[in-house]
Amino acid sequence: MQTTINPTTTSQTIGPYWHLIEDKSWSDLTRFGASGEVITVEGNIRDGAGALANDACVEIWQTSPATSDAFPGFGRAATDAAGKFSFKTIKPGPVAGPGNTLQAPHLAVTILARGLMFHLATRLYFENEPANENDPILSLIADKARRNTLLARETKPGVWHLDIHLQGEAETVFFDI
Amino acid sequence: MSETFAPFRAYVPGTQPDNNSPHYRSTGLRHPTKPLLKIPQTITELTGPQFSPAQFPPTENIAVNGTHEAVGERIIVAGRVRDEDGRPVANTMVEIWQANAAGRYNHPRDTHDAPLDPDFKGAGRVFTDAHGAYRFITIKPGSYPWSNHANAWRPNHIHFSLFGAGFATRLITQMYFPGDPLLELDPIFLATADANARNRLVSKFDLNVGKQDWALGYRFDIYLRGRNATPMEDNHADHH
Ligand SMILES: [Fe+3]
Repeated sequence: MQTTINPTTTSQTIGPYWHLIEDKSWSDLTRFGASGEVITVEGNIRDGAGALANDACVEIWQTSPATSDAFPGFGRAATDAAGKFSFKTIKPGPVAGPGNTLQAPHLAVTILARGLMFHLATRLYFENEPANENDPILSLIADKARRNTLLARETKPGVWHLDIHLQGEAETVFFDI
Repeated sequence: MSETFAPFRAYVPGTQPDNNSPHYRSTGLRHPTKPLLKIPQTITELTGPQFSPAQFPPTENIAVNGTHEAVGERIIVAGRVRDEDGRPVANTMVEIWQANAAGRYNHPRDTHDAPLDPDFKGAGRVFTDAHGAYRFITIKPGSYPWSNHANAWRPNHIHFSLFGAGFATRLITQMYFPGDPLLELDPIFLATADANARNRLVSKFDLNVGKQDWALGYRFDIYLRGRNATPMEDNHADHH
């Protein structure tokens, strides 16, 4: 039955001055003492001309490991002058998916920036993870090159790198959630 | 999954801005040109970070620095955070940031030739109570110029950041002030097609929100995405 609703408040850009609410410690999800496999997740954000976005806000959310007083599951980081973001976190495990499916380890990623009226949602998966093959979200992306835009690669032990392209040939797959 | 959550409702068409908004120049090279991929809401989207005032202390009055009052017109901003069905969103964090009374951000990249105020940091956070009510004290932000087009000035505004119940309820918005002549010239305000939706970003002047001999008040109510009425495991949708 359809009832009257008050539509969700309209989104506006986060703008270039959002750093006023930035707390740099939030990029470290292990700061409250979480234990597990500690990893660094990093990448660069580029616009449609390949220019580095040095004023963006990147947020991550993960439901594995489960959140607790020791593990907030949430992180926020600014991109630096080189358009680079970096988080320290615990590597997630698989989580339940729709129906009886299992989702491969992943982080939910939100991009907020000047020039984005509505934040962009995407995910970061881990390259060479066998569970990726049956992941219900990755499986929605038929084009392999497009699918690869969500796969971070391990550039050094424990350091996972994923570049995000807001627009263009290598445009990241963004979600309507 | 032992717990199931009803998915969040789709946004009402026209009520959210398009990332491809040519009048707002910065969107040009930053908006995705490929269609967004519709994905099912999983535990990742249905849950989200929860913040507690114990861990993240609130700063209810950002118009004061110790005993020094910030320069400008002191105001109280209050409202309720509810979901689309009118249910209060309790204990959720609301982050705010803004320019000072002269229209200058306390931010290294703000080069506007207006004075900084050492007693105004311009950012804070508060939490909603059990009824979804929030309230903070600040000074009315000034307008500031930006390089979008010739003689472009942003209407007075306060930036808001909210989380709500899930990753899918994330909201970043801006609160405006009634009667501002710059609103009808602002490409950020105008980027949303639905005029009613836009106008709900304009706060209401309300003497009752203010405090006699001390501050004027503005009311700004916020709505976050509601959940579809029927949880997935309970298919009695027609019981009305
Ligand atoms: Fe602003």
